[in-house]
Amino acid sequence: MLNKKSILDADSLSLEDIKLILSNADSFLEISRRDVKKVPTLRGKTVINLFFEPSTRTKTSFEIAAKRLSADIINFSPSTSSLKKGESIIDTLKTIFSMKVDLIVIRHSDSGTVKMVDRFVDIPVINAGDGKYQHPTQALLDLYTIKKRFGKFEGLKVAIVGDFLDSRVARSDMNLFEKMGMDVTIVSPTMFLPEDFSAMKVKHCIGDVIEDADIVYMLRMQFERQDRKFYPSVMEYNRFLTLNMDRLGKMKPGSIVMHPGPVNRGIEITDEVMDTSGELAEKIVIEEQVTFGVAVRMAILYLILG
Amino acid sequence: MIEKAYILNEDDIDRVVRRISHEILERNKGPESLVFIGIQKRGVPLADRIAKNIEKFEGTEIKAGKLDITFYRDDIGQNIKPNARITDISFDIEGKNVILVDDVLYTGRTVRAALDAIIDFGRPKSIQLVVLIDRGHRELPIRADYVGKNLPTSLNEAVEVKLKETDGLDSVTVVEKG
Repeated sequence: MLNKKSILDADSLSLEDIKLILSNADSFLEISRRDVKKVPTLRGKTVINLFFEPSTRTKTSFEIAAKRLSADIINFSPSTSSLKKGESIIDTLKTIFSMKVDLIVIRHSDSGTVKMVDRFVDIPVINAGDGKYQHPTQALLDLYTIKKRFGKFEGLKVAIVGDFLDSRVARSDMNLFEKMGMDVTIVSPTMFLPEDFSAMKVKHCIGDVIEDADIVYMLRMQFERQDRKFYPSVMEYNRFLTLNMDRLGKMKPGSIVMHPGPVNRGIEITDEVMDTSGELAEKIVIEEQVTFGVAVRMAILYLILG
Repeated sequence: MIEKAYILNEDDIDRVVRRISHEILERNKGPESLVFIGIQKRGVPLADRIAKNIEKFEGTEIKAGKLDITFYRDDIGQNIKPNARITDISFDIEGKNVILVDDVLYTGRTVRAALDAIIDFGRPKSIQLVVLIDRGHRELPIRADYVGKNLPTSLNEAVEVKLKETDGLDSVTVVEKG
């Protein structure tokens, strides 16, 4: 039903695909709220989770999504596989493919690996994050979270804050946010920007956008992907980019704070903000993103495999 | 699509719905154990209308929910998938007499899917089926408990039900598939 069977990046998702996924997600959200959280829709289908990089939420989210649709899901962990014996990734894939799997969910630390895998197999492939390149299902669940809060996209002001260069989430989100007609500003020091960012609206301090933004999207500091020297100091990061109580308090009514997780407490967001209760806590939608992630991934699996 | 016959108009449908409301009350000896579930999408307004009627007759509140059977279909992967609609059953069906409502009964496959879906929500005392039109051609051993109108049709005909809530007017017509 989706025009494109594999989901490799945000760029190639059409507006119709996106709308279809988001409207179906509502129905799947309802299933997750039932006592019996399972429908027989994908009975007899086999999905494999191929995670070459650590993950809590994305891997579990896909696993729960597949199980609630009655698909069988296999979690493949490279560290205990024949990859350790030196089998190449392509040979491993051929082996898995020979076992008649219906869909591959894959995460890898090298940008572009997922595209290569997609060329090698005849079954649909979903990119669950590759290197610094793309994380399309995260962007879709982010859109769904925004839709649930605001009921629209057109004209919403989004500030994407942090390490833009190393972030696959930022790349996918920026693409979809702009596609939906949102007004995107990047808040990032020059060292965290790609070489050519002239087409982007850029600020260097979170203070410049905090009062005006409908959505403040905090990016995770990608320590594992920063092959050059880290940002000068945590103190400097805190001064320009961290979301603290003072800044949270300046946000306008109805605005929200998002983060793809896992949060580096004290860097992107302070402990106080993470643990805040009362009225301001309403703004932090990080857990909603996780809840909605399952529904969105159920919709994606259904639309590809159903 | 060529319109072949006009079967029911607004007044006819209104009478049928009132008659079925009375039949349901009579067979279940009152409204106490009843809950209504309409199958998306035209079963939903029909279920609401019957529930409203019974509320009016009996002066008591009647629960009505909606059910989408997309995820329970037996032809997933064969046909173009319809966009899933909302399921909303925000009451307990355990031990209740569930009145399942749809507009047209044809092969019986939709009702089969609906039965599976309802069982996922609990174990009702009974499930009874209401349809506005029974057009025959069953492919499964399923029958309706309350029928608005039996309408023998051929396979190249289609029954078109329109309701105010979904289509702006009330009517049932038979059309030739073209």
